Amino acid sequence: MPLTLHLTVNGEAHRVDLTDPRPTLLDVLRERIGLTGTKKGCDRGQCGACTVLLDGQRVNSCLVLAASADGAEVTTIEGLSADGALHPVQAAFIENDAFQCGFCTPGQVMSAVGLLAEGETGGDPERIREGMSGNLCRCAAYPGITAAVMDAFARMEAAEGERADDRARTEDRARQGEPA
Amino acid sequence: MTDMIEPVSPDTLANGSAHVRLGSNAGQPLTRADGRLKVTGRATFAADNRPDGMLYAVYVSATIARGRVTHLDVDAAKAHPGVVEVMTPANRPPLARDPDAKPHPFALKVDALQNDRVRYAGQPIALVIAETLEAAAEGAVLLAPAYAAEPARMDEATGEIFATEIAGFGNPALFEKGDVEAGLAAAARRVEARYTTPAQYHNAMEPHAIVAAWEGDRLILDMPTQAPALSTAEFASFFGIPPQNVLVRSPFIGGGFGSKAFATGPYLLAMLAARMVGRPVKMVHRRDQQFGPVGHRGATRQTLRLGAAADGRLTALDHTALSTTSSFDDFLEPAANASHNMYASPAMRMAHQGLRNDVGTPGAMRAPGEATGSAALECAMDEAAEACGMDPLAFRLANYAETDPQTGRPFSSKALRECYTAAAERFGWSGRPLAPRQMRDDEGRLVGWGMGSALFPCPMFEAEARATIHADGTGTVEISASEMGQGALTALAQIAADGLGIDGDRLDFRSGDSSLPNGGIAGGSGHTATAGSAIFTAGADAVRRLAEIAVADEASPLFGASNSGVEARGGRLHRVDDPSRSETYAAILSRAGLSSVTGEGKGARDPAAAESRAMFSHGAVFAEVTVDPDLAQIRVTRLVGAFAAGRIVNPRLATSQLTGGMIWGIGFALHEETVYDPRTGRPMNADFAGYHVPVNADVPSVEALLVEETDRHVNALGIKGVGEIGITGTVGAIANALWHATGVRVRDFPVKMETLLG
Repeated sequence: MPLTLHLTVNGEAHRVDLTDPRPTLLDVLRERIGLTGTKKGCDRGQCGACTVLLDGQRVNSCLVLAASADGAEVTTIEGLSADGALHPVQAAFIENDAFQCGFCTPGQVMSAVGLLAEGETGGDPERIREGMSGNLCRCAAYPGITAAVMDAFARMEAAEGERADDRARTEDRARQGEPA
Repeated sequence: MTDMIEPVSPDTLANGSAHVRLGSNAGQPLTRADGRLKVTGRATFAADNRPDGMLYAVYVSATIARGRVTHLDVDAAKAHPGVVEVMTPANRPPLARDPDAKPHPFALKVDALQNDRVRYAGQPIALVIAETLEAAAEGAVLLAPAYAAEPARMDEATGEIFATEIAGFGNPALFEKGDVEAGLAAAARRVEARYTTPAQYHNAMEPHAIVAAWEGDRLILDMPTQAPALSTAEFASFFGIPPQNVLVRSPFIGGGFGSKAFATGPYLLAMLAARMVGRPVKMVHRRDQQFGPVGHRGATRQTLRLGAAADGRLTALDHTALSTTSSFDDFLEPAANASHNMYASPAMRMAHQGLRNDVGTPGAMRAPGEATGSAALECAMDEAAEACGMDPLAFRLANYAETDPQTGRPFSSKALRECYTAAAERFGWSGRPLAPRQMRDDEGRLVGWGMGSALFPCPMFEAEARATIHADGTGTVEISASEMGQGALTALAQIAADGLGIDGDRLDFRSGDSSLPNGGIAGGSGHTATAGSAIFTAGADAVRRLAEIAVADEASPLFGASNSGVEARGGRLHRVDDPSRSETYAAILSRAGLSSVTGEGKGARDPAAAESRAMFSHGAVFAEVTVDPDLAQIRVTRLVGAFAAGRIVNPRLATSQLTGGMIWGIGFALHEETVYDPRTGRPMNADFAGYHVPVNADVPSVEALLVEETDRHVNALGIKGVGEIGITGTVGAIANALWHATGVRVRDFPVKMETLLG
């Protein structure tokens, strides 16, 4: 049963013609679209290596039937850094040595981005460890991963704080009739 | 033995080239050279390759452990849309080498459809090649194998126990020194205990994967391997082609841990498939297919008998192991050999027997022998300390081996005392109550502290490297090394830059391809030492050639300096007697009209040093656990290790290796176990839901301290190795902490709540 799938992946529209309905989102990303940054570690939702953001939520893409994602927006590891600048989570992973072999790393990074967006952990290491426990790392770079997520949280908070300050200043100036 | 060599500073080579020094790059805690590639998804692993015209292969795994395949519905599979070909024993193309032959001691028998026999669950019994992965997977299901099953032999009662002369890779299975029985008889305290460890599977996050393509008689392989250049000869032998006709590209390995060092049946089938259909073929293992044909850590049953005098000194140490292997090959986990080199005892006996079960052949898995053996040894030492009424650390210090207990040789270096001190202090060991069940946390959980000693040998293999200085003053170093997470691309490049006397950003480090000089094998924690030695020597050789040109050139400020009177750093040669007189590499080559100068180097153990010294990395690990008094839920709340492993090339990466190894210790102690169905012999937990490895939440606090150690015997660079030692010591430390928390001696791994509940 041929079917046509429309996906927006990393901001780019993709039309995927499938000859049958079986492929997972992971296999479509890797084998049809050619975005191989997302990894297959278990193909049954147990390791997290295939984590992507689906409409902003982190999911195991091996558990998503591609056909069910028609019309969705997907962000993969390839779409995380704009113009060559690393996302704060990516930079923190390098600085905190949060990986060794690097195979689980795209999933870890996407999961961390999703986790921080969920806003449930703050900078609490225990909550971060719990929230990152769906992403296995056999090299066991866990101490670095936790440190990296805490680090990224702090950076993003600081950046958010600066933006808020900027907004406040702009608003102050606007109130006082000054040009922004 | 007299020692005429003067102590050397860590920055000076004991017997290397005079021209170059380590230290400008090596020793720095650089972040990973491949970090950016890995966090952006641009590091290319084998399964990421998609050459034009590529087909997908899925192999069928046997679901019985012993018997014959009686039927495969090839017609049904072939009729499925997209299926291109089905390979079974009936049509499998011939191989030039018998998969059941063992042409060299490291060869393992493999299953490549040589017949219809099944000898373990998970064995490949057919292969389906299709246009899509989905079609190949469906075709594999449609084959619907039928079997004539025979009873699986999965335990001591049904399996054959056999005597052996060899354990592990060519190690003697028996070692005896002194009279163990007399030592036990004379002991004031005796301990005898039996420990079991289960079958464990490597389960690297990257499943085994291969993209195979033939160009005439040339075989092109994209696959993860811990030995790119060495594996070409192995693969070539199966196809009757010269090794140079095989190209293996392995830029990144998604974790190996010993499972990606050898030829496997499924890999051969993928190569055959590509030849059969005349197109590139990709084959990636499913996670459940990681349990079977790619090796594992064989199960052991170990018995320790220790005798100690009233002062706590050992009078006898007896360690025997029954190691499980397959029905058709002989790799035995050399568990008892872990007791060879750790503690001083006048009488020692380490012996192995084999047990044949219907499982895939085990092999090397991170610290093979050392992990299982030290788990049992460190638990037994703890039981002996208790019997002597001594603190576990004091007991180990009473039995500190000043010379190697096995050979009597001096250690090339041994900073174990410093490790004990550093880790104990950091952990806060002093004041630990001797008796168990004395400590509780704020929430009423039982708290226990335990410790273990860590040890791992420092083997070197053989490697070659090539180093080139270019006209613009940049350098290239080439070696078929393996980046599998240990940080080879970073650490080896640091050594390479120092060998060439240039800054790291002026170096092009080329690796991970079998066409490059043979980098040996990334195993045995010996890759940095071996490949690093080859790289450094190659760089020094290139610098020597450059120096010869400069000192003979009247126009050079270095003219007239003896060849050994110059030193390389920062891309310049300096006169040793007047460092202000120097010249850049680029200027020397330019005047000589050369576009480049190339040096070559080899890395291997100095045979004289090997004969005269015992060489090991050492460490000490301290563990804190909490146990819920009602539910027996276990948490490893703290691990502190201190390790002395010679020169540390990159402290950031070495620390990660060590903490990673320690976390493997948590997995060994508490999580990892393959449960086989005794009727079918199938692993019942061949996935990550059932085969548990530590997750982030299991690891609240792990710390590895690096203890400074200078070793001028182990190799010219003074490098030992850090890849495997972390798991040794840790398992025992956790088990001993569990006893200290609960008063229950745990002797079967992994430790489960029900054991503690009694």
